Amino acid sequence: MVKRYDAIILGGGPAGLTAGIYLGRARLKTAIIDSGSLGGQMIMTYAVANYPGVLEASGRDIAMTMKAQAKSFGCELFSNVEVTNIELSGDEKTIEVEDEGTFVAPVVIIATGGVPRTLGIPSEAEFKGRGISYCATCDGDFFTGKNVVAIGGGNTAIEESVALTKYASSVTVVHEFDHFQAHPFAVDQARNNPKVHFLMEQDIREFVGTDNLEKVIVAHKRTGEVTEIPAEGAFIFIGYVPNTDMFKGQVALNDRGEIIADESMQTDLPGVYAAGDSRVKRYRQITTAVADGSIAAMSATEYLRNRLQPASSVKNVA
Amino acid sequence: MLSTNLKHIQSESDFHQTLSDNENVMVCCGRMGPMCIPVYDVMEKLEPKYPHVQFRDLEFDGPAGHLIRNLPEVRGFNGLPFTVYFRKGKVVAATSSIQNRKQVTEILEREFAPAQASAGAAV
Repeated sequence: MVKRYDAIILGGGPAGLTAGIYLGRARLKTAIIDSGSLGGQMIMTYAVANYPGVLEASGRDIAMTMKAQAKSFGCELFSNVEVTNIELSGDEKTIEVEDEGTFVAPVVIIATGGVPRTLGIPSEAEFKGRGISYCATCDGDFFTGKNVVAIGGGNTAIEESVALTKYASSVTVVHEFDHFQAHPFAVDQARNNPKVHFLMEQDIREFVGTDNLEKVIVAHKRTGEVTEIPAEGAFIFIGYVPNTDMFKGQVALNDRGEIIADESMQTDLPGVYAAGDSRVKRYRQITTAVADGSIAAMSATEYLRNRLQPASSVKNVA
Repeated sequence: MLSTNLKHIQSESDFHQTLSDNENVMVCCGRMGPMCIPVYDVMEKLEPKYPHVQFRDLEFDGPAGHLIRNLPEVRGFNGLPFTVYFRKGKVVAATSSIQNRKQVTEILEREFAPAQASAGAAV
C-alpha cells in the first residue's frame, strides 16, 4: 500500500513533533514516523524546568502535549514501527514501513535524534536490569544502602550521582578524562557530598557478578593500573550518539555521524532537511530541537511552494 | 492507576482472575517513569496484533504490585519495569528494565506463538 504525503518526518521527538505542528498548520499532509515512542529522549526526563513558558513539567507531559498539537493539526502519527528501507534521492522520497506500507513524499525531515551510547562491553547487556541501569530516578531505590558506580562526566552523570546518594551508601563516579564536562556548580555539589567518590581517567573493563552485578573492573588509561570496585549497581550516563546509521551514503554526515545541514536545516539533498540531535550542532536541548523543527518545517514549506511553481514564474529579489 | 491505554490490574483478585481466565498474559509492572513508558507504548502497539494474548499493566507500588515483585522469577531484578509473561498461569519469561518492540516481539513469538495457542484447533 502506497501512502502519499507532502512531508514525512522521521522521528517523533521535540524536533519532529514541532516540525509536524508547523507543517500541519500550513495544511500540508504530514506523517510522523518513529521506531520508538513519540517524545524521543524528552520522555526520559522526569522534570523539565528550563522550557520557557512551562514552570516545571515531566518530559512525558510536554511530549504528550506536543503530540496532541501535531495530531490536532492533522499529522498522522506512526510510533513503534519498523522502517525497513529509505530512499531519499530523486524528487519523490520513499520510506518503507513494516505493516504500514510505503510512504512517499517530496519532502523528508530527518529528526531521528540520538541513541544511548554504550560501552561496547558484552557484560553491559548481561547485567542490564540486574545491576546496570540508565535511570537513577527509576531504579535508585533498588540500591538503598548499597555501593554503586556512576559512569560518565557530563551534567547527567554528576547530577544523578548526587541524586543517588539519597539511596546508596556510596557512589563512585568513574570518568574517562581527567576533568568533567559538567557545569562547575554540579561538580562542586558532587565534590561536597561525602558519599561521592571519584576515579578519573579510567576505562571500564568488565562488569562482574554471578546472577547480579557484584563489581566493576576499571583500568587507568595511562598507567594501566587495574582497580576492582565492589558495587551492586552501575549507572551509565555516557551520552548519546546520532541515530543516523540508516542515512549513511544518502546524506552528508560528518565524522561523528551527524547530518550536515545549513542554517535553514537543508541537507545536501534537495527536499531533505535535518532537525534536532541528529544534525551537527553544539547544544542539544529541547529548546534547540524545537527551534530546529520549526526552521526545518518552514524551509520545507517554502521548498514545496517553489516546487509547485514553474521556475520562470519565481522572481528573483535583488 | 497508571495512565496508559492498557487494561490495568488493580487488585489481587483481578490479577488471579486474569491469569485463570486467559491462557497467555503479558503483565508490565512499573511506574510512569522513563524506562516504563516505552514498554507500555510497545504493548499498546502490539495488542491488536496478538489477540490471543492479554496485555495488562500493573502499578509497581499498588496493592497488587507485590504479586509480581515477589515472584521467584524476578528475584534479583533491579530495573523497572518488571515484565512477566504467563502461559496457563505459569511464568514463562520475565525481563527487567526497558525493552523495545523487537525484544518484546521476540518473546511473544517464542512463548505465545499462535500455533501453540490454538494447538489442536481447526485453522
